[in-house]
Amino acid sequence: MARSRYLEQMTRERDDVIVWEEDGKTHLFLNMGPSHPAMHGIIKIILELDGEYVVDADIEIGYLHRAFEKTCEYKTWNQVIPYTDRLNYVSPLINNVAYVMTVEKLLGIEVPRRAQYIRVLMSEISRLTDHLTCIGAALMELGAMTAFLYMIKAREWLWELIEMVCGARLTTSYTRVGGLKADLPDGFAPACRERLRGVRQVLKEIHGMITGNRIFLDRMRDVGVIDADTAISYGFTGPCLRACGVPFDLRKDQPYLVYDELDFDVPIGEVGDNLDRYLVRMEEMEQSIRIIAQCLERIPEEEPVVMAQEFRAWELDDIGRTGRLSFDPDRVRVRLANTLEGAEAMHWDHINVPDRTVVLPPREETYTTIESLMNHFKLIMNGHGIRPPAGEVYHAEEGANGELGFYIVSTGEDHPYRIRVRGPCFALTSGLVEMIRGHTVADIVPIFGSINMIGGELER
Amino acid sequence: MSARDVSHSPVLTAIRQKFGSAVVEMHAFRGDETVVILPTKLHELMRFLRDDPRMQFNFLMDITAVDWPERHPRFDVVYHLYSLKYNRRLRVKTRVDDGDTVDSVTDLWRGANWLEREVYDMFGIRFRHHPDLRRILMYDEFEGHPLRKDYPLRQEQPRVPYRIAPRDPWRDPDIWNR
Amino acid sequence: MNYAGQGGFLTTRLQAFVQWARKFSLFQYPFVTACCGMEYMSVAGPFYDLDRFGAALPRFSPRQADVLIVVGTVNHKMAPILRKVYEQMAEPKWVISFGVCATSGGFYHNYAAVQGIDLIIPVDVYIPGCPPRPEMVLDGIMKLQAKIQQQGRDMRLLEETVPSPYARTWMPGVEEPVAVTDSPSDRDVSEA
Repeated sequence: MARSRYLEQMTRERDDVIVWEEDGKTHLFLNMGPSHPAMHGIIKIILELDGEYVVDADIEIGYLHRAFEKTCEYKTWNQVIPYTDRLNYVSPLINNVAYVMTVEKLLGIEVPRRAQYIRVLMSEISRLTDHLTCIGAALMELGAMTAFLYMIKAREWLWELIEMVCGARLTTSYTRVGGLKADLPDGFAPACRERLRGVRQVLKEIHGMITGNRIFLDRMRDVGVIDADTAISYGFTGPCLRACGVPFDLRKDQPYLVYDELDFDVPIGEVGDNLDRYLVRMEEMEQSIRIIAQCLERIPEEEPVVMAQEFRAWELDDIGRTGRLSFDPDRVRVRLANTLEGAEAMHWDHINVPDRTVVLPPREETYTTIESLMNHFKLIMNGHGIRPPAGEVYHAEEGANGELGFYIVSTGEDHPYRIRVRGPCFALTSGLVEMIRGHTVADIVPIFGSINMIGGELER
Repeated sequence: MSARDVSHSPVLTAIRQKFGSAVVEMHAFRGDETVVILPTKLHELMRFLRDDPRMQFNFLMDITAVDWPERHPRFDVVYHLYSLKYNRRLRVKTRVDDGDTVDSVTDLWRGANWLEREVYDMFGIRFRHHPDLRRILMYDEFEGHPLRKDYPLRQEQPRVPYRIAPRDPWRDPDIWNR
Repeated sequence: MNYAGQGGFLTTRLQAFVQWARKFSLFQYPFVTACCGMEYMSVAGPFYDLDRFGAALPRFSPRQADVLIVVGTVNHKMAPILRKVYEQMAEPKWVISFGVCATSGGFYHNYAAVQGIDLIIPVDVYIPGCPPRPEMVLDGIMKLQAKIQQQGRDMRLLEETVPSPYARTWMPGVEEPVAVTDSPSDRDVSEA
């Protein structure tokens, strides 16, 4: 495409719409974005149009580049976790889990089974929120405002559930290297089941409203078709690739955590058009609900510990400092602050690997014994911290959009030397040009909505 | 299985057989099979890996680079491959210096187009025969390549004139009178 | 009406009525970039309803919008576009900076992010949070409404006419860059 000519014109400070006569045809260059309602904020698509039809396109990204990779070279291993939340910000827990699993692969440790089940559970809840947001926004851009509101309602329920566990709705930072921040709170299982019932109900309503809808089918069927070989060549993974008919899901092919023990199906599409991507995502939501229900049943329970006495944290602290600790500190229950709910000593070894060079000691021990205080110091202070071996690892997980891979190079220091995120949307967005060629401008909106481009992941 | 013992891996043995002298190093640290090859043979190796019926690495997952400023050659260009048929992964690395070019693999995998643009943008490594090598994440007027270790983290290059002076909250206690 | 800046009874009542009408019919331009956009969708959603403030309808054209809500991180590549959108809006206009990345750059203190959009455009209400809870956003909208109500006849003067000790135009390449924070060691893990 005559991009150099376009750039020449643009630098002469002309408008964003440029008409160009060539070979007797009129080409129109139109700028779509970056501040555009349907561009999810941050993509500029420079279209070369022949009337309404897209002849060629050039996609310009980088409007949300926040220097994740360079910033994390200056942060310790655990300090990177909040930055990973903001990568794929609609499914933050999957990013958290993928990053800490990469570091754990580097360290060569494996977390306890309860922690693995909790990670799977939270990842699947995050996958649900991702698909709800994707489909909701895509439907809103098609005009189905009601469907959007229903899905946001369902997403709110899931966010309340996540907030119960992690403390935050969106930027969770729930996992830690070697385990989790805290265990599941009391009353999580019934609350979860109730909300999943609600989500199922919402999905049923959406299917009733949208999937058989004539307008929807006309707009989505055979629009944005991409065949499997081109998709593989571009590096597509995830629902967009499965919609083309390629049965590639990392949860089945290279299982991690406890996915090999769970029973779920992976929906595969046929044609690779918008409708297939939509249907694959809707069905994946059903399967995620199934996985969560199985996790809730199979999660290894902790043995109930009989507690003799209950103290407030400051009381135990005082007792420890003045040396009046005459009872077994494992047999008392400490009422910690409510931000530490689930992180008490009785939960600690179920959710964290017992390796004290990687994981902090529980708060009760830190307050009461000097060895744990020193341990805590050695893990937190500047210049100390987790020291993985020197080397490089790549670990990939099935994110909501496809293969989310982390490549970490370590030189044995307390911060990564190089950290690279293989975001699935990067490949999907590079393949967008193939999908919109030949369609009208109005088709760009549903095609773009169906690939679920998330800016944080695309441009880190 | 030690990290250096690669005799059990069919992929690495086949590569060693075919490219013997061009292979600089091979290892399998934490189970990730890795081969380091000379940049002159990179494209040939990539074509072999994609097309050979025993290899069939049809997915190019990622291209990235690592900067080791004290080492010559300075950059490590890293490719991650995945084979759908045999369900295995491979990492291919090559070492280039500042100013060297690497053969582009855009003719083998179309996803390499944007990935190589990003490596060029962030590190300044040029790719020969790339159809359209220009910046992708940073703006065109940006000078320098940010992910190099000698680019300071906080050196901003603003494009819009500031209407007030920027204050650094960590060093300026008077930020409230902005 | 006396010209000492205070109107008579009728003009002030009229002004109060006009401001009341303006504050309850905010047409927002959500300049959404990043994760705060998800919380923005929640605020506009059914639980934390923005419609009850009259601010439901987003107008995706700056010519038709009153309030520019800058949601999420603005980086240097996006900054000229934000400036252009702001200049295209007609008076009266207000700006809300939603989220801590728009307020002050958030925890992205690096070469890419603008350290606060008030370096580029004047801001009326800052809503911190990463992302802010929807209740905070609603509080921010209510504060904006209070500000609109008491704004009076002399709106916000165009910034070029108000001399400010801080309004020093800085262009890249003209003098030494003030945006470079050269810390003695590059390792600054104390600032998370």
